[in-house]
Amino acid sequence: MVPRLRLAWLVVPVLGVCGQALAQEGEGATVPLSAPTGVELIDRPNDDGKALMLLWDVMPYDAEGVVYRVEVAAGEAPFRETASLAWQGGSRFLSSEQKWPFWAWRKDDRRHLHVLTSFQAEEPDAAQAGGSRLVEKSLEPLTRYRVRLTVLRGEDSAWAGPLDAVPVGNLFNRVKLHNLIYTLLFSGIILVYIARARRRELFLRRIPGLDAVEEAIGRGTEMGRPIYFLTGRYDIGEPSTMAAITILGEVAKKVALYDTRLKVPHTYPMVMAVSQEVVKEAYIEAGRPDAFSEEINFFVTDDQFSYAAAVEGMMVRERPAACFYMGYYFAESLLMAETGAETGAIQVAGTDADHQLPFFVTACDYTLIGEELYAASAYLSRKPVLVGTLRGQDAAKAILMAAILAGTALATLGAAAGWSPATLGYVLDAFRDFGG
Amino acid sequence: MFLQRQVPLAICFVVGVVFVFQDFVPHHDSEQLLTVFTDWGIIITGFASLLGVGSLIQVHWLHIKRQNAGWGYSVVTYVAMVGTLAAGIASGGKAAPDAQTGVMPAFGWVYNYTMVPLQGTMFAILAFFVASVAFRSFRARSVDSVLLLVAAVILLVGNVPLGEAAWRWVMPEGVPGIADVGDWVMNTLNLAVRRAILIGVALGIVATSLKFILGIERGYLGGGD
Repeated sequence: MVPRLRLAWLVVPVLGVCGQALAQEGEGATVPLSAPTGVELIDRPNDDGKALMLLWDVMPYDAEGVVYRVEVAAGEAPFRETASLAWQGGSRFLSSEQKWPFWAWRKDDRRHLHVLTSFQAEEPDAAQAGGSRLVEKSLEPLTRYRVRLTVLRGEDSAWAGPLDAVPVGNLFNRVKLHNLIYTLLFSGIILVYIARARRRELFLRRIPGLDAVEEAIGRGTEMGRPIYFLTGRYDIGEPSTMAAITILGEVAKKVALYDTRLKVPHTYPMVMAVSQEVVKEAYIEAGRPDAFSEEINFFVTDDQFSYAAAVEGMMVRERPAACFYMGYYFAESLLMAETGAETGAIQVAGTDADHQLPFFVTACDYTLIGEELYAASAYLSRKPVLVGTLRGQDAAKAILMAAILAGTALATLGAAAGWSPATLGYVLDAFRDFGG
Repeated sequence: MFLQRQVPLAICFVVGVVFVFQDFVPHHDSEQLLTVFTDWGIIITGFASLLGVGSLIQVHWLHIKRQNAGWGYSVVTYVAMVGTLAAGIASGGKAAPDAQTGVMPAFGWVYNYTMVPLQGTMFAILAFFVASVAFRSFRARSVDSVLLLVAAVILLVGNVPLGEAAWRWVMPEGVPGIADVGDWVMNTLNLAVRRAILIGVALGIVATSLKFILGIERGYLGGGD
């Protein structure tokens, strides 16, 4: 008796849900078609002015088998169908399906939404004299478009419109508002710490990889062998390359003081040109402009494995005392680091390429992991303003850690207390990347 | 001095600030500005490649002149450079076989039968390097090494059908598959650490960018006169 009762508890709700769904579909099928209500055609906000949004009410006849046809015309041209919207999978083309945060878009389960980014236009067909063909064209800013919405079910149909609207480019993307706030917040924190660092000395934790720089250069001097410094496989526009070049400046200063040979093989000419200036500046600051040579920085090739082969060859022939691998690397990281290890060089790597970190960790003596690459110039130079940026980074990190902990606690609480996903969504929106 | 210091710093500041905020302005004109600057970058890179070629010629010429260790390789570099250039000019820059005759132009021959096999060779060598590094790092000498070894074994075994079969044979019913354990290691333990690294990197990028935009870091301007 007891198992039967349990089964009944299970079956009754399931039948209830199925019945409700069938009833809804049945209701939808029996409600007569009428023109969609609440139809609006608006410029899509937060964009470059190449889209419109068509909104209308969820109608009582909405069900499987009902199709909404969207027709668009540029100016006074005839209407052409651009979309046929039917229930598909989980999508009901509702306004609430728009993936924007709550502050940029009011999600509404009672409104349909269709975003128009293109339309069908007729144009002369070059292959057929006097003929024409339909081509898909993107919506253009400041052009008037007319839209008609037709609802179809079998042989029945009803329509609304035409409506017209002009897409306009926006001056601010509200979807990215939180990104702007974080950018300003973190920049502000870093600037505050830079100002503080000017007034008093700030503590820096030890980074063994950077403490080893002096040792590595000293070793090179004693052995009379060169120091190799690599700036990574990215061009000048990447922050990791800029960080590597900044470290190169500090290393070059020490190399100049110790009167050791420095070799910097490059894979991008632009990086080479900037590195040349950085090394020159370093030698001048170290009081050894006479020791500077244009041959320190040289171009090898921009091909990945040709570069790796050339650098490995030089390493094997010259057996450098120390190798520095700073910046971003790909598959060549292990080829070069392992060759360097075989030549007996002290090796220090620093990269934000997380997928190459394991190779550097195993093949090098010291590895700067991720953010340590960006901290290196401040650590080596100990200039107060640069040290200030490090403390600013730490403070920002503390804020992010607090946010992660708070988010985890909220998600756990929400799950335990049975909050709806939408409630938690308000909080999570603040940390999501909406990508546009 | 003004042209060499203040002007570049001012350009860096203005362009830096403009493009930080450009990301938040979706207007067509803003996109156009980004396109124009990106095109300028491409043009500058094109001219900079001449610097690269110049440097290559100079460095290898000095190697040959001074007869440094391995100067013979510099001769090979010169021969390869001139030969490829000649083949490229002779083929009109085309590397693909002729559509009608199917004849491979000289430039295509150089690329397909020299560059590609050499690149493949370098990439293949990587497998041996991975083996040698794995041997060194998997020696269980510390707690860290043991953890690394255990994680590596789980992933290695979990990625081959034989490993999964052996796991099923050894383990009692109901124990998750080794591939699932491997996925958990990658998607939970590994991913958490990766994200921590990426958060640090992102903050580092913000700080580094600020240093350049505000002119705190100005080594790239060079020194002297």
